[in-house]
Amino acid sequence: MKIAVCVSHVPDTATKINIGSDGKTIDPNGVTYIVNPYDEFAIEEALKTKEKLGGEVVVISVGNDANKETLRKALAMGADSAVLLKDENQRDSFGIAKALAEEIKLQNAELVFFGKQSVDYDNSITGQLTAELLNYNSVSVVVNLNIDGNKITAEREIEGGKEVVETSLPVVITAQKGLNEPRYASLKGIMAAKKKTIEEKEAVAANLFVEVVEMKKPAPKQAGKILGSDSSAVSELVKLLREEAKVI
Amino acid sequence: MSSFKGIDYFDIESLLTEEEKMVRDSVREFVDEKVLPVIEQHYLDGTFPMDLIPQLGELGVFGLTLPQEYGCAGLNNVAYGLVMQELERGDSGVRSFASVQSGLVMYPIFAFGSEEQKQNWLPKLALGEKIGCFGLTEPDFGSNPGGMITTAKKVDGGYVINGAKMWITNGTLADVAVVWAKLEGKVKGFLVEKGMQGFSAPEMKGKHSLRASVTSELIFQDVFVPESNLLPGSDGLKSPLMCLNQARYGIAWGVIGAAMACYDSALNYAKSRVQFSRPIAGYQLTQQKLVQMANEITKAQLMNHRLAILKDQGKVKHTQISMAKRNNCEVSLDIARMSREIHGANGILAEYPIMRHAANLESVKTYEGTHEMHTLIIGEDITGIPAFE
Repeated sequence: MKIAVCVSHVPDTATKINIGSDGKTIDPNGVTYIVNPYDEFAIEEALKTKEKLGGEVVVISVGNDANKETLRKALAMGADSAVLLKDENQRDSFGIAKALAEEIKLQNAELVFFGKQSVDYDNSITGQLTAELLNYNSVSVVVNLNIDGNKITAEREIEGGKEVVETSLPVVITAQKGLNEPRYASLKGIMAAKKKTIEEKEAVAANLFVEVVEMKKPAPKQAGKILGSDSSAVSELVKLLREEAKVI
Repeated sequence: MSSFKGIDYFDIESLLTEEEKMVRDSVREFVDEKVLPVIEQHYLDGTFPMDLIPQLGELGVFGLTLPQEYGCAGLNNVAYGLVMQELERGDSGVRSFASVQSGLVMYPIFAFGSEEQKQNWLPKLALGEKIGCFGLTEPDFGSNPGGMITTAKKVDGGYVINGAKMWITNGTLADVAVVWAKLEGKVKGFLVEKGMQGFSAPEMKGKHSLRASVTSELIFQDVFVPESNLLPGSDGLKSPLMCLNQARYGIAWGVIGAAMACYDSALNYAKSRVQFSRPIAGYQLTQQKLVQMANEITKAQLMNHRLAILKDQGKVKHTQISMAKRNNCEVSLDIARMSREIHGANGILAEYPIMRHAANLESVKTYEGTHEMHTLIIGEDITGIPAFE
């Protein structure tokens, strides 16, 4: 079985982000990029599935040359091949899904993994859109997965609990933390990845539905207030919590 | 992704290849997630984190420069150095384990062993399924290994070994010991296996340094080893010294990892610890220490990288490795001490890695050739006059 994993190359969550001069994108200078953390669970699940059921894992990303770093890491973890769908411009989720769906069709992959969301734009939608474009089933925010022949049993997180759903191939699964523990890229894996090639092609064109108009940083945190150091400050504290902070 | 960003004042990053960076980052992440959360307790308890061994094997850090046909990664010496640096950022004991397994056990089997010995041992040692140790130093022969009194005597079908070794990292844990003994007056290497009659390896207790590492004695009382356990390519004292070059090279890089951990902790502490009107990082005395630390780390990094290139080109001299080992151990120990001063009283707590690294580095400065011996090795090299005999 051909298994596809769709991965995103995102700013490290510990990086301080600055907004670029156009006011619509982030300034990439001094930003460290990483494999989208949820995608690591997707890669791990694909590799585990391959180890159990056989097959081949192809990892796919939409973006520019910088994304190769993330593809290379997936190859070092054990993916068999990689495809970079090139587009220098930032796409919306639909545009990304469109490009991915085309490639997944070409690859003839029946099992597709995504991270449940990318930690840069946080739309949590690309996996489901791709499934819709391919007319595949989809299960999102999955924390446990079992594949038995054609039958898929997936446990997913829902508000305040868990839900177990059954479906069948072909399917898109979006991975949540807890699905597995991603392996480290081993030193041998890193050497083996050197011999694997990253196939590059233009991402198919797509109409975009979302335009970024402006990016803004959150307002800086206000300095704290000290009202006093004994019980006489309590009534003032309660008043401010009620009237100013409006939390009680 | 690791929260530790390393120290790179001279853009050494751009000297590294993509694969070297990946190797470093993978080991860095492993150290953050698997070593740092458990190491302080192991250190306090005086135990080695045994469950890390198969994980380090799977990661591929053992014998990582050896060829892939023996189950190793076949990486270069820059990658080897970076791995040692990251492991020792965790703890010198963990790095020591990997140094011994790689440089002092797998390397001599690879360099002096028969094809059968290589096939038999290297893949298992690479995975950490088997553990090795290296027996050269004796109770009365440290800096002067040529004086060793452990002997091997030829008998029918093999050899009989008698003697004792001391300060042997991993000794008690080891499935195989690479033991150096004099056979008709000439130093030869033997593979002594756990369970061989007359061979014991009691652990040395009561250490105030390298507490998360097993240190042992090796005792040989009429131990018979079969002919097939002689390392056929070993030839005199230069053979174990070749192994020490591998391990000393790893130390030169490793200790800078410990120094980075101490510096990183000191910098963070100094920026958040407020005394009088501002963070202590804003005072000249603290800045002087921080700059000194960053400066020495940077010099050591540049020396290490150059050393790696020379080693990969096959041009490195043992005296150059001595200089890097000597310098980097000393500056790391100085950095640990300055870091402790910046942390004030907090610096002595297990909440910070400082005292653990400082105490470890005292051992590292002395083992694999004492600071003094390396001084004399370089002294002889530049003057032409040996000063240690």
